[in-house]
Amino acid sequence: MIDKLIMYLQYPFVRYAIIVAVLIALCSSLLGVTLVLKRFSYIGDGLSHVAFGAMAVATVLKLTNNMLLILPVTVLSAVLLLRKGNNAKIKGDAAIAMISVGALAFGYLIMNVFSTSSNLSGDVCSTLFGATSILTLKPKEVILCIVLSVLVVAIFIFFYNKIFAVTFDEDFSKASGVKTNAYNLLIAIIIAVIIVLAMNLVGSLLISALVIFPALSAMRIFRNFKQVTIFSAIISVICALLGLIVSILAETPIGSTIVAVDVVVFGICWVIGKITGGR
Amino acid sequence: MALLKADSLSLGYDNQAILTDLSFEINKGDYLCIVGENGSGKTTLMKTLLGLQKPYGGTITFGDGLTKKDIGYLPQQTLVQRDFPAAVREIVLSGCQAKTGLRPFYNKAEKKLAEDNMEKMGITHLKDRCYRELSGGQQQRVLLARALCATGKLLLLDEPVAGLDPKVTAEMYALIESLNKEGISIIMISHDISAALKYASHILHIGETIYFGTKKDYLESSLGRNFLGEEV
Repeated sequence: MIDKLIMYLQYPFVRYAIIVAVLIALCSSLLGVTLVLKRFSYIGDGLSHVAFGAMAVATVLKLTNNMLLILPVTVLSAVLLLRKGNNAKIKGDAAIAMISVGALAFGYLIMNVFSTSSNLSGDVCSTLFGATSILTLKPKEVILCIVLSVLVVAIFIFFYNKIFAVTFDEDFSKASGVKTNAYNLLIAIIIAVIIVLAMNLVGSLLISALVIFPALSAMRIFRNFKQVTIFSAIISVICALLGLIVSILAETPIGSTIVAVDVVVFGICWVIGKITGGR
Repeated sequence: MALLKADSLSLGYDNQAILTDLSFEINKGDYLCIVGENGSGKTTLMKTLLGLQKPYGGTITFGDGLTKKDIGYLPQQTLVQRDFPAAVREIVLSGCQAKTGLRPFYNKAEKKLAEDNMEKMGITHLKDRCYRELSGGQQQRVLLARALCATGKLLLLDEPVAGLDPKVTAEMYALIESLNKEGISIIMISHDISAALKYASHILHIGETIYFGTKKDYLESSLGRNFLGEEV
């Protein structure tokens, strides 16, 4: 088994996949805690469907770089969803459901009507579940992923204390003069970037799992924000690595294997939390 | 010059004014209690003073060296906070947030301020504990320590004793009184009219009729007598 793994590691595309998986797992876990605590878990889901719709359009338009369309569209949707959450006529959760299902439907419709591909259902399936796209990364895409990840992590560390303050008590922060709207905007943009990145790894249907599970797992066991954040990043990276290796060796789909590992780890953390009386 | 002066303020929500022509001021060392029936707009007034929503008319002016960054706020607890994994120390420190500007981390002076305020609130021994595991009274002390990190001048308290048992309530009021004696001005919303009358120096009664004045005058006014007659 080890031999098989070493054999696979000889291939650059496997090494690329591992690098990208680790980076995406790290980034996606960072804001998970904030999303869960702010009751925004569903936003990740909605945005990933928007990203799917955008990707369908990009495919039909035969853009050479999908990212150029997907990233701005997703960022824009994130900003709209987070800003309108509180005071819009259509309440936050309904707005997310509308946008998310609408984008999914239009994405599939567009792909179906305009696609010239001979294997349409295969294309759709791999976009939704990220079946093989991570194993077909080009060096340019890997570099883009590295740059964006480093940016996300740097921004997160730089604004860590602010994100904490805004997450814990937005009214208090705003009242004492913190520009909470600006930070909410920042959070929305980072989420959108992470989701577009993560689409490569697990596909657009499973992204939420990557964002939510490590945070929830860490929250079972740890009791302060810093520990929860650090531990959820560690869990996320380990799960991604484990899932990737298992999927290579057992030839299972990558995205769902990683998410399955995340679910199992959540179960373990839940039990540990029960035993140590974390909740 | 008053710390905070509201001039013919009108406010409400959903484009519907619930209070009009509201004027009052608070000076250094004052202890103002805002009383009134449920739905009279106490929380809306608090939110307007904090700048969380805009008044429909009138002005709020800060004076005597007070700026928006010098306001400490003790909110009612939100659902989010009830299962938030955060250590007491992290929460108290976050009160210094507005002081940091764009600087990413807290400096020594801010950490010292947080330590001092935890000491003052008697929660130093809890500093590594998780907030959600504390009792209601301890949680209020944490939030009060955080508010003190934001201000040394003016505290706005929204129902600070809601849900606390009588003993802890008394301790909380004593704590607030001691802060007031140190020179911090207090604006407090309260359902608890007897406590309002015990501690406050000024009363703002809002509702169909508005009254603002010292506690002594309020007790002698017909409005005050009526309201107290209903309550007691």
